[in-house]
Amino acid sequence: MAQATPGRLETRDMLLNIGPAHPAMHGIIRIVAQLDGEQVVDVDVEIGYLHRGFEKMSETVDYNGVIPYTDRLNYVSPLINNMGYCMAVEKLLAISVPERCHYIRVILSEISRITDHLTCVGASAMELGAFTVFLYMIKAREYLWELVEMVTGARLTVSYCRVGGVKGDLPEGFAEQCRKALGETRKVLAESHALLTRNRIFVDRMSGTGTISQEDAISYGITGPFLRATGADYDVRKDCPYSVYDRFEFDVPVGTRGDNYDRYLVRMEEMEQSMRLIEQGLRDIPPGPFQTNPETGLPIPAAEMVDEGKIGNIQAIAGARAVTDPTLDGSAKPQHPNIAADEKRVFLPPKEDTYGNIEGLMQHFKLVMYGHGIRPRKGEVYFPVEGANGELGFYIVSDGADKPYRVRVRPPCFAIMSALPKLLIGDMAADLVPTFGSVNMIGGELDR
Amino acid sequence: MNASALIQAVKDRFPAAVKAAHAYRGDATVVLAREFLLEAAGTLKEDPAFQMSYLMDLTAVDFSAFGKKPAHAFFASSGVQLQPSPDIPDPDPWPGPPGPERFAVVYHFFSHRLKHRLRLEVPVDEDDAEVDSLTSLWAGADWLEREVWDMFGIRFRGHPHLRRILMYQEFAGHPLRKDYPVNKRQPLIGPVN
Repeated sequence: MAQATPGRLETRDMLLNIGPAHPAMHGIIRIVAQLDGEQVVDVDVEIGYLHRGFEKMSETVDYNGVIPYTDRLNYVSPLINNMGYCMAVEKLLAISVPERCHYIRVILSEISRITDHLTCVGASAMELGAFTVFLYMIKAREYLWELVEMVTGARLTVSYCRVGGVKGDLPEGFAEQCRKALGETRKVLAESHALLTRNRIFVDRMSGTGTISQEDAISYGITGPFLRATGADYDVRKDCPYSVYDRFEFDVPVGTRGDNYDRYLVRMEEMEQSMRLIEQGLRDIPPGPFQTNPETGLPIPAAEMVDEGKIGNIQAIAGARAVTDPTLDGSAKPQHPNIAADEKRVFLPPKEDTYGNIEGLMQHFKLVMYGHGIRPRKGEVYFPVEGANGELGFYIVSDGADKPYRVRVRPPCFAIMSALPKLLIGDMAADLVPTFGSVNMIGGELDR
Repeated sequence: MNASALIQAVKDRFPAAVKAAHAYRGDATVVLAREFLLEAAGTLKEDPAFQMSYLMDLTAVDFSAFGKKPAHAFFASSGVQLQPSPDIPDPDPWPGPPGPERFAVVYHFFSHRLKHRLRLEVPVDEDDAEVDSLTSLWAGADWLEREVWDMFGIRFRGHPHLRRILMYQEFAGHPLRKDYPVNKRQPLIGPVN
């Protein structure tokens, strides 16, 4: 459009540089948009500002050492990354984890999914002027992060999963706390629905912008809520069930038009479905049979166990684990064998054992010392899980050493970001903000 | 289609192209000769028997240091290798790297309709590290191939604009190659203007 037309003023395209540091760019990314008036005619997306060499660093540490790095991939739902990585290594090792551990992982992944969607929807709403919704959603996220903190001891960099299990069991009173938090989240979602879903300004900005067809989305490799907004119902949890997801009842919401508004609706509904999953998980989670006295359902104090053993009454306490004084073992959180695979060559022992007895210390030593550690056989695996943004896959190659030979993560928002020019071209410059917000770009996993 | 049926179907369709195949841990894997890549990928995408609508992932592995890591410590051999559990399918053992070539470009395909996955490995040598680009079939291959070029220095024939994506243009070398030292520092981009 740069040529002068007779009788009209000459127009020229303008280059608008957005980012790398811009309040609407969640993270660091640079978008160079070519504008004709207000219309976007071309877009160049530049990524890599947050590249920290995740894949290279993973090759230098042992298998458990990668877990903290995976936290930093998606820093809004780190538990799903933890889980994806650990399950990929478990597949490589061909070990299985106990039921209870599966349920804990599912419950925590779903909590993370809600926090991720809350952040995404809240932030995009804020960018469209709905600041109240943002504050409400962050409030709800806070309830959920308190749950995460209760279980893992951290809010963001949780490093909670272990190869072959999870770090610790759910704390006492988790179920009640969790139901309470879900109740609060439901209230917030209802409020947000009331504020946004039929809000004229919000609908006008979201509806019909950032549209992508189903064929294009699949061609770009887009998965997750972004794909489902176009009408395709692909969800790793349903289509390639992992962990215990096949035992749960939940629906996969799909949109029809593939625009920003549909993505908003899909995310809102997915949060509801995640809450359903958590409630089912809390209902069905197998209790820890080893941690309690089968008759009373209470933990067995160590002294009582010794007394029972002395009189030869070991039938009731066989396989049970004594409760020791919390001041002795450094942590009040109970550690149970039913949250970790019964495979001492893989699972890091509970700290109570590491500091409490020689077997635990040796087990710890054999796993963390230089030159020891987990040694899977030579091989390669790919394991996908449903991240909050779509399929999160880990491809791991082992050469039989104690360090992974190659760790590749398939980041879900990489595919979406590569489709960003497609989404933006033809729209107005102002639509750039809601469209980019609905991508839910996570710099950590995009740039690794 | 399960893994072995899928491998058999690919073998039947491309008898000359398939160099090896295995289903380690249930992942269907086919090693393909480089010159058949574009044709095979096109068939995998369009053929009603495969319908691989997704190019889920595209990456590469540098096998130049595979199994050559020196023993770290006196106890280095004390790690005990684990036996697989009966719950997880292990129909055939892993046959090793796809070939004597240094690199393998690894494609992960997924069929949205038939729900099966296939891994395609294309071995390439260092001095002729080039494979056909799949950008004509999947739009998502664009960035993925740029990343492989950036990280491994493997070129993709027919890619519209093969340039670095995660590293900056002035960066020298390809960081995910095994001979790139992990602690190597490079000057950042020089003074602006």
